[in-house]
Amino acid sequence: MHDVAIVGIGMHEFGRHDGVTGMDQGVVAVRRALADAGAQWEDLEFAFGGSKDAGSPDTMVSRLGLTGLQFINVHNGCATGGSALISSYNAIRSGTFEIGIALGFDKHERGAFRVRTRGDNLEWYGESGMALTTQFFGMKINRYMHDYGITQNTLAKVSTKAFRNGALNPMAWRRKPFSEEEVLESTMLSYPLTQYMFCSPGEGGVALVLVRADKAKEFTDNPVYLKSCVVKSRRFGSFEVFSPHLANEFSEGPTVDASKAAFEMAGIGPDEIDLAQLQDTESGAEVMHMAENGFCEHGEQESMIQNGETEIDGRFPVNTDGGCLANGEPIGASGLRQVYENVLQLRGDAGERQVPNDPQTAYTHVYGAPGISGVTILSK
Amino acid sequence: MTQVSVQDTVLVGIPGEPRLIGGKCPDCGNHVFPMQKDCPKCTGDQIEKVELSTKGILWTWTIQGFPPKSPPYIGETDPENFEAYGVGYVELPGEVKVEARLTENDPTRLRVGMEMELTVVPLAIDEEGNEVVTFAFQPTENN
Repeated sequence: MHDVAIVGIGMHEFGRHDGVTGMDQGVVAVRRALADAGAQWEDLEFAFGGSKDAGSPDTMVSRLGLTGLQFINVHNGCATGGSALISSYNAIRSGTFEIGIALGFDKHERGAFRVRTRGDNLEWYGESGMALTTQFFGMKINRYMHDYGITQNTLAKVSTKAFRNGALNPMAWRRKPFSEEEVLESTMLSYPLTQYMFCSPGEGGVALVLVRADKAKEFTDNPVYLKSCVVKSRRFGSFEVFSPHLANEFSEGPTVDASKAAFEMAGIGPDEIDLAQLQDTESGAEVMHMAENGFCEHGEQESMIQNGETEIDGRFPVNTDGGCLANGEPIGASGLRQVYENVLQLRGDAGERQVPNDPQTAYTHVYGAPGISGVTILSK
Repeated sequence: MTQVSVQDTVLVGIPGEPRLIGGKCPDCGNHVFPMQKDCPKCTGDQIEKVELSTKGILWTWTIQGFPPKSPPYIGETDPENFEAYGVGYVELPGEVKVEARLTENDPTRLRVGMEMELTVVPLAIDEEGNEVVTFAFQPTENN
C-alpha cells in the first residue's frame, strides 16, 4: 500500500452564478488545482468526477484536453464528492496510478431539494407532503433535544458562528454575519429549525490533485497526507432521511461507522484531531455530528458551543470555512470543499480564519441521502 | 364528496375505517411500511402483507412550515392559503415506526411519547370531484 498526498487544490466560488454552468465551475476548479500543484492536465492519469444536477463530469475532457486519461463519473448522493475522493485515494494507494484528480461541481434549482418518489409503492410519499430533507432534519434534532437537553439557543449559536466564519472566507456564498435574534426570529421552516439554521442547495466546484506520497515533494513543499478515507452506508435500525418507516430497534447511523473506521485506519483517536469540518446541512446536524463522530459525549455539545469551544480560536474549531450553512450545498462539490478547507488550514494558508497554533491534523465528514457518510482524516 | 385514498395499496378502508398496509417477514418477524417483498433485516424475500396497528406513540415530530414543491406534493402550495402541518414518526408497538402527517400543527400541543391514533386528512380534489385523502395520526383523548 502506498501513502497518498494532496498537492494541489482548486475551487470555484460557492453561491449563485447566473450564466455560469455547473460544468464551467468544475473546469475553473480543475484549472486552479492544477496551477496550485504546478501540474498540467496531460500529467493526470485518472479523474473521478461527481455532479448530481450539472451534467456528466467526464465531458469536460473536451475543454481540458483529450488526453485519453481514465475518467469515471461518480454519483453517490451527498457523499458524491467523498466518493470521488475515496476512489482516487484507492487508485493511488493500490499502486495502479501515481497522479490523478478528484473533482466535483453542481448547480441546483432554488429552494429545498425536490424529491419525486416513483415506483416501489412510494408515489403517496411525496404526494402527501413528506419526502423532504428538511423534515428529517427537524425530526432528528427535535428528538435529540428531547433526549439530550440541547437548547434552541445553541442551534442559533451554530448558525451565527457559521456566518461569522463565512464572512472571513472569500469563497463562501453567505458572507454577512447575523445575530442570534435574527436567526431565531427568521421564518420557522421545520420546527425547531428556522430559515437561517438551514443551508441551501447552491453552486460551486472543487478539485484536488492527488499523488503517490513519494512524489509529493516534486510538486510542493507543503504536501498534506490523506491518512484515511472511508464511505459507509446504513445498517438496519438507523434513523435516515427519506424513511417512510423506521425499525423499532435502534442502531447507530453510518456516520458513527465511518468515523470509527477512519480513526482505526489513521491509527489516531478523536482527541488527536486539531479541527473538523462536519456536515451542517442545518445547525442541528453540526451538533449531533460532533458526538456521532466521537468528538464529545451526547449532550456535551450544549456547554461546548455555549462556551465557544468550536470557534476558530476555540479548543476544537468546527466548520472554519462557514460550513454548508455559509457555503450552500452543491452536492457534487460539497464534501471536497471540506477537504479543500482542511488543506488550507494545515498549510497555514487560511488567512483571516486560520486556526492558531499550527494545526497538524484535520477531519472531514459528510452525511446524506439515503443514509450514507464519508469521512477523511488529513495530516501534515 | 366521496373520499378516495392517495394510494390504495398503502392506505385502505377509505371512506370509513382507514388502515395502513405494511408487511411482516415470516422468517424474522420484522415489519416494513409500505409493503415490500424484501426484508432489510434478514435479507429474506418473502414478506407478507399485514394491516398495521392504528394506535401508537409519537416518537418524534416537526412542523412543515412552507409549501412543499409540486410535483410531487398534491396539496395546497399557494403560500397565501398554505397551512403548516405536522409530520412525525409514530411507533406502533411490536411493529414499526411509521412516518405520517399529524393533525396537529401547534408545537405546544405535541410532545414525544403522546398516544396517537390513525385518521385521514384531505389533500386535494381529483378530476372526478373526489376528495383525495392521506393518512395522519391525531393525539388520542388519553393525552
